[in-house]
Amino acid sequence: MNILIVGGGMGGTILANNLARRLNPELKSGKVRIIMLSASERHMYQPGLLYVAVGKMMPDEMYRDQRSLLEPTIEFSVDPVEQFNLDQNSVKTKSGATIKYDIMAIATGSRMAPETIPGLAEGAETFYTEDTAVKMFKTLQGFQGGKVVITVGVPHKCPMAPLEITFMLNDYFKERGIRDKVQLHYTYPIGRVHSLENVAKWAAPEFDRLGITYETLFNMKEVDVANKVLRSEEGTDTKYDLLIAIPAHRGMEVIEKGGLGQNGWIPTNRTRLNMEGRNNVYVLGDTTNIPISKAGSTAHFEAEALGENIAAIVKVGTPVRDYDGKVFCFIQAGKDKATYASFNYSNPPDPKAPSRAIHWFKLAYNKLYWSSARGLL
Amino acid sequence: MAEKKVIDARGSFCPGPLMELIAAIKSAQVGDELEVLSTDQGSAKDIPEWLNKVGHEHLGTTETGGVWHVNVRKKK
Repeated sequence: MNILIVGGGMGGTILANNLARRLNPELKSGKVRIIMLSASERHMYQPGLLYVAVGKMMPDEMYRDQRSLLEPTIEFSVDPVEQFNLDQNSVKTKSGATIKYDIMAIATGSRMAPETIPGLAEGAETFYTEDTAVKMFKTLQGFQGGKVVITVGVPHKCPMAPLEITFMLNDYFKERGIRDKVQLHYTYPIGRVHSLENVAKWAAPEFDRLGITYETLFNMKEVDVANKVLRSEEGTDTKYDLLIAIPAHRGMEVIEKGGLGQNGWIPTNRTRLNMEGRNNVYVLGDTTNIPISKAGSTAHFEAEALGENIAAIVKVGTPVRDYDGKVFCFIQAGKDKATYASFNYSNPPDPKAPSRAIHWFKLAYNKLYWSSARGLL
Repeated sequence: MAEKKVIDARGSFCPGPLMELIAAIKSAQVGDELEVLSTDQGSAKDIPEWLNKVGHEHLGTTETGGVWHVNVRKKK
């Protein structure tokens, strides 16, 4: 039996390692193969980008060799899928190989799409890739004062990123001694400063205390780069000297082109994580269309549920549990405080006041992540 | 008329039903109808508030068994 995992990010890696441990006897006997296809030989700790953007982490700290994270029984290749042939239970890869599967898990992730807003790619700094995060830091270094506008597209990866980058920028300019020369102005798509009501209730007074202004119900329409004006779908506009964007995201091109899901999001059953209409294709992480956070922890908890279910399908022919929508997000509230939000489909989060202790735990997790990816944590 | 698109945002605390609608409406055609399913009572207020501000049409909201059905037409 071939179990094919497409994508070597957090979801795919945790799933592969989880399965390799659960199915060790079957792997050893040759009854099962676990094959992973990825676009890169390196694995990036994506939350590190936030720190790179403000000079608190060097880019090389974000990477590990993907092979080193995987159980030796996993067959890993850097050979991304270019075509899904679901009716034939096979994929075609960049190298031209055709790989058959009995069970497939798709975890190809998402990408920012600044090009969907006119002027955004040229006019804004972003931090969702290594290159753009480094470029943003260099731009920040040269910034001597003026109005910094933070703007947010929908959907986006990491729902805490808009708040976190704003608090990090506040501290960055404070450390440089120019906070009084900088106006920080935060915009957000819905009618409060964060989608989670309890987080918004905490963050808005923090913004007031720190002198950060904000405008809600603001959805980017276009950026007038020449005049440095950001316009919203709601008919308002705001001038900026430096524009920081969390752009809207899309799923990967191979998903869109293959017609697996609009905008690259694959229709997915929210508890069993199978692709709608397919009982041997599973989806996890950012790639699903499930209405929950596009975050590493989502991929992590989905991978654990899926690992248990796929192993059970191999061993007894049926899945054993549902994914309950669990998400856990740290919230970095500046350079030395943090809190977290934990929730699922049934229970809303209730974040506590930010503390130094959670901040230190978050910093520790930045390193512990590698144990998490290996499926040890 | 195009088929009504249903956005099943039940149990979504983050990003939440309004954010799901904002994402979906970008891909819809002018004149399309969309229906948001939400288990958050706040959707009955915050979705129409945004529709009113941005200029899309609120076709009505009903509640059945703790699920709010918010109907929307894309106007621009």
